[in-house]
Amino acid sequence: MSQNIACDQTELIAERETANRDHEFIGIYSRLARASLKAGIAVLLIIAMSFIALPIIALFLKSPLDTTLQSLRDPMALDALRLSLTTSALTTLIVVVMGTPIAYVSARFHYFGKEIADSLIDLPVIMPPAVAGIALLMAFGRMGIVGHYLNAFGISVAFTTLAVIMAQVFVSSPFYIRQARTSFEDVDVSFENAARTLGASRVYTFFHVILPIAINGLISGAIMAFARSLGEFGATIMFAGNFQGRTQTMPLAIYTAMQGDLDVSLCLSIILVAISFAVIILVRTMTRRVTRRC
Amino acid sequence: MLEIDIQKRLRDFELEVKLDVEAGQTLMLVGDNGCGKTTLLNLVAGLENPDRGRIALDGKVLFDCSKRIIVPPEARGIGYVFQSYALFPHMSIYDNVAFGLRIRRMAAGEIKILVKEHLEAAGLWEIRAAKAANVSGGQKQRAALARALIIEPRLLLLDEPLSALDVRKQATMRRELRETIRACAVPCIIVTHDLRDVASMGDQACLLEQGKIAQHASAEDVLSWGLGADPDGER
Repeated sequence: MSQNIACDQTELIAERETANRDHEFIGIYSRLARASLKAGIAVLLIIAMSFIALPIIALFLKSPLDTTLQSLRDPMALDALRLSLTTSALTTLIVVVMGTPIAYVSARFHYFGKEIADSLIDLPVIMPPAVAGIALLMAFGRMGIVGHYLNAFGISVAFTTLAVIMAQVFVSSPFYIRQARTSFEDVDVSFENAARTLGASRVYTFFHVILPIAINGLISGAIMAFARSLGEFGATIMFAGNFQGRTQTMPLAIYTAMQGDLDVSLCLSIILVAISFAVIILVRTMTRRVTRRC
Repeated sequence: MLEIDIQKRLRDFELEVKLDVEAGQTLMLVGDNGCGKTTLLNLVAGLENPDRGRIALDGKVLFDCSKRIIVPPEARGIGYVFQSYALFPHMSIYDNVAFGLRIRRMAAGEIKILVKEHLEAAGLWEIRAAKAANVSGGQKQRAALARALIIEPRLLLLDEPLSALDVRKQATMRRELRETIRACAVPCIIVTHDLRDVASMGDQACLLEQGKIAQHASAEDVLSWGLGADPDGER
C-alpha cells in the first residue's frame, strides 16, 4: 500500500517536472517568437525609411550648397520659382473660395444627385494627371467643346498661364474639398442650432460659429492643395505646355533642366523638397491642434 | 401662451402633439429615449418643420401649415438650452453669453452691463475669460442658461438640462433652475428622464409615448405614473 503511494508520488513529481519543462519551453518559444516579430518589423521599417530617405539624402549630397545657391540665380530657375509660387497661391485662393461653400453644402445637406457630385469632386484624385491634361485640352483647347466658342471671341486658354492655374485647380481642388467636408461634418450641428435660436442668420452662423470651429481643418486642406499645385506636372505640360516664364512651373523646369544643366534641376528639386517638408510640418501641427481641442 | 397642435412623420411613428403652456408655467416632457421629446422641442424652435398643424406663441403664429407661415428659428425669440449645452468652444464664456446681444446690434457698453449682470447672477463672472470647452459641467449648464435668458426669450426650451451633471450637483442646480425659470415668467418646456425634476420644477407634465401624449397631469400626480406606466424604465 505504502509502496503504491510512494510510486504515485514519484509519478506525480515526474509529471510536474515534465509540465514545468513544457511551460519553460513554451515561454522561451513565445519570447523568441515575439523577439523575431519585433526584429522583422524593425527591419521592415528600416527598409521603408531608407527607401524614402535615401533619394532625398542623395539629392542633397549630389548638390553642394554653393552650387545650389549659384543655380538659384539662373533665370530659368528664378522664372520657374516665381511662376510656381504665384500660380499655386492663386490656385489655392480659387480652390478655397469656391471649395468652401461646396464642402459645407456637401457636409450638411442632402440633395438630388449628391452622390454623383461627391464622386465627381473626388475623381481628379485618382485620375492620372496626364489624362486630366488631355481632358482639359479637349474641353478648353482651341478645338475643345468650350474652347471652340471662346476662340471665336478671341479668348485662348490653352498654353497660357491661365491654363497652368486651371490645371492646378483641377487636380488640387479635391484635396481641399475633401478635408473641408470632413471638418464641417465634425462641427456638431447643435452649435449651428444654438446660434440660430439666439437670432443668428445662416450666413452669420457660418462665419461666426461654423467657420472658426472648422478653421484648422480648412487651413490643413488649403496647405495640401497648395502643395499639390506646386508639384503638378502631367496636367500642366499637356494643357499649358512648357514655356519659360509663362507656363514652365518648377516641376516642368526640373524636367527641362535635366536635359541640360543638372545643377539647376537639383537646385529646384531641393527647394520643392524643403517646401514639402514645411507643408508636412504645418499640416501635422494643425491636425494636432484640432485633435487636442476635441 | 404657447399653443401647439402639430403632426410630423418620423422614421418609426407619427408625432402627434396638441398642448398649451401658459406664461409662467413649466411643462415637463417625459418619455423613453426616441419617443420624440427632442424632436418636439426642435419643431417648436423652428429647427425642424412639422408636416401639418400650427404653433403660436402669445397669439403670434410661428408655424401654420394651412397658411404656409414658417417663422425661421432666428426670428422666434426662443431661449433653447441644448442637452450638450452647445456652448461655442472657440469663444469665452463672456462671448458665448454676449452672442445673442451682438446679433441684435446692441451697444458695446449695454452688452457689457447685461452680460455682467447675468454672469454674476450665475456665479460665472470670475471665469468669464475661460474658453467654454475648459469649464466644468455645472458651469457650462449655467452659461448655456444665461446665454438663453439674456436675449429675453418669449419661450424657454430646456432639453435634459441636468443630465450631464453628477447627482450631487443636480439637486442644487434643480433649485437654481426652478427659481430662474419662475423669475422669467414665460412658458417653459423641459425635457427630462428624471421624475425628481418633474416633481421639483414642473407645473404640469406630459408622458410622451411613440410620439403621442399618453398621459397629461399636474406635476404632483406624476409620481403615481410609476405605479402604472413607468415613463423611465431605466430607473
